[in-house]
Amino acid sequence: MAELILEDIHKQFGPVVAARDVDLKLPNGQFVCFLGPSGCGKTTLLRLIAGLENPTRGRILLDTEDITHTPAHKRNFGMVFQSLALFPHLSVGENVAYSLKVRHIEKSTRRERAAELLDLVQLSGFMDRHISQLSGGQRQRVAIARALAIEPQLFLLDEPLSALDAKLRESMQLELRELQQRLGVTTILVTHDQREAMTMSDQVVVMGPDNRVHQMGSPLDIYRNPADTFVADFIGSSNLLAGSCSGEREITVAQTRLVVDELPDNLSSGTPVTVSVRPEDILVVPGIEKKDNRLPGTVTFIRDVGSSVEIYLNCGDIQITSQSTPKNRPAVRLGDQATAVLPPAACVVLKL
Amino acid sequence: MIEDKPKGLSAHLPLAYPALMLGIFFIIPFGIMVAVSFFHREPGGFYLPGFELTNYRNLYTALFGRTLLFSLFIAGLSAAVCVSIGFPFTYFITRMRRRAQIVWLVFLLSVLSLSEVIVGFAWSLLLSRTAGVSNLLVWLGLMEKPVAWYPGLAALLLGICYLAFPYTVLVLYPPLSRLDPALPEAAQTLGASPVKTFFSVIVGSLRNAIVASFIMVFVFTLGVYLLPQILGRPQHWTLSVLITDQAIYQTNMPMAASMAIFFMLVSLLLVALTMAIGKGKKTKIS
Repeated sequence: MAELILEDIHKQFGPVVAARDVDLKLPNGQFVCFLGPSGCGKTTLLRLIAGLENPTRGRILLDTEDITHTPAHKRNFGMVFQSLALFPHLSVGENVAYSLKVRHIEKSTRRERAAELLDLVQLSGFMDRHISQLSGGQRQRVAIARALAIEPQLFLLDEPLSALDAKLRESMQLELRELQQRLGVTTILVTHDQREAMTMSDQVVVMGPDNRVHQMGSPLDIYRNPADTFVADFIGSSNLLAGSCSGEREITVAQTRLVVDELPDNLSSGTPVTVSVRPEDILVVPGIEKKDNRLPGTVTFIRDVGSSVEIYLNCGDIQITSQSTPKNRPAVRLGDQATAVLPPAACVVLKL
Repeated sequence: MIEDKPKGLSAHLPLAYPALMLGIFFIIPFGIMVAVSFFHREPGGFYLPGFELTNYRNLYTALFGRTLLFSLFIAGLSAAVCVSIGFPFTYFITRMRRRAQIVWLVFLLSVLSLSEVIVGFAWSLLLSRTAGVSNLLVWLGLMEKPVAWYPGLAALLLGICYLAFPYTVLVLYPPLSRLDPALPEAAQTLGASPVKTFFSVIVGSLRNAIVASFIMVFVFTLGVYLLPQILGRPQHWTLSVLITDQAIYQTNMPMAASMAIFFMLVSLLLVALTMAIGKGKKTKIS
């Protein structure tokens, strides 16, 4: 277990930049998710950490040791691949104990340790099965057990759950999180699924299509205080309203004044900004109210999926989506005049 | 296993053409050969229909035994050489860029357009004392005087491997290019050095392909009958040469046929044995 530091990491494949100016400090024993859309460089970053790629520039430090040019087989990191990469010619037990065999550990010890690991991932008694006889979820567990066999300093996972069906994926997420907490191993998981990232991680690293790290923080922090419009839009759904600063703690959006709790520093009057408001923070009331923090409009669509109700409002040029529980369902119908209430605390102002 | 119910004539019609061709050009000639191997040889003439085991009894000679063993030995050796060079070679081709892969494959395929005769004479020229490669080495100051490197076992082996190598690569190419690139990477993250990775994961997971290419070169080499005469000494002549000799120069068709059939049975037995060993290993794992 150790702290991992990435210093000014840059990776280029020919003319294509895969990771740009990455500075990260991943604390010991935590579960970190690299989250971003496809092509944002999150997998490349993981492969750099694993030693499967060399950075074009920058340093990778494990505690104080520079491991930038240490080959993968000398790093003692466990990795689970997207394709799982289980060895098709070996049995389950031989797959799990592969890293021990490479280290010339005695056969009886290997079998013992493999059995222990299979217990850990709830596959007791699968030791002598063949890989082709396993289901997707079971293969998943074998891959996890194999990566953990050497008690790695870092546990790396490259979208390992993407091939599983939705139900199984959710339960594996919980299981994996529980396993990580039990072992206390520093873990990095790459995913494009924000729900998965929110479920499992202590820290989320959000990467954007420009191959940069946009924000790092706890899942709730990132959800509540996105650093920019990309993060606000990518994490969950958000109403992004274009406006401009019109005074101290005041933004004007389409002739409506929005009083907000907090403004970024150094924001002068007239500066264009984006206001991000989460749908569940917006209240819809029937009728037209023309006051601060209120956008009047017409109900254009109601999506009632049972567990929640989404109301779409057309307020002049602005589309507003609000979300509420069925219990607090606003008394509006399709085509009604209604007003969206945006509480000051819910409005996050983002510089452009 | 999917069990197909009989679907009527129309469903089987597409199979009729290949079945017909196979019958006319393979099964019937083979049947004739089996029949001829039991026929009576007319000395100085051709052969008369009949049923006698004389031709098989005549196989039991020291020359036949020695030649059979040597044929199997040279075939096994060529297969071993081709596969042990061809496997890493093909692996490196599959790791190249697409364009480079195509260039290599086209080059290897073009080698196949050369006949056994051309390959044999080309190598005999290259290995000769008067015009061979050794002259080049003398000119470079690496050797004292030019030498003849043929005829001999090494020259024969070289010629056979040159012929069989493209087939080896073509048999190994599809499974190697389908190999998940994450497999060797996984082995490395688990602590295996590149060399260890190559033998334990790449060779290990493709054992079936290796056995298949070995058998292919083995069988291919058994049929080579010109190269031993061009590049080898008489003691390097294989059974195929002996069969050709019986059939063409001695006009002893029944004898040639019985030799060919006996040779085929021995080869089939060896191939079956190899596959059984491969399968046995597999069932042990599962």
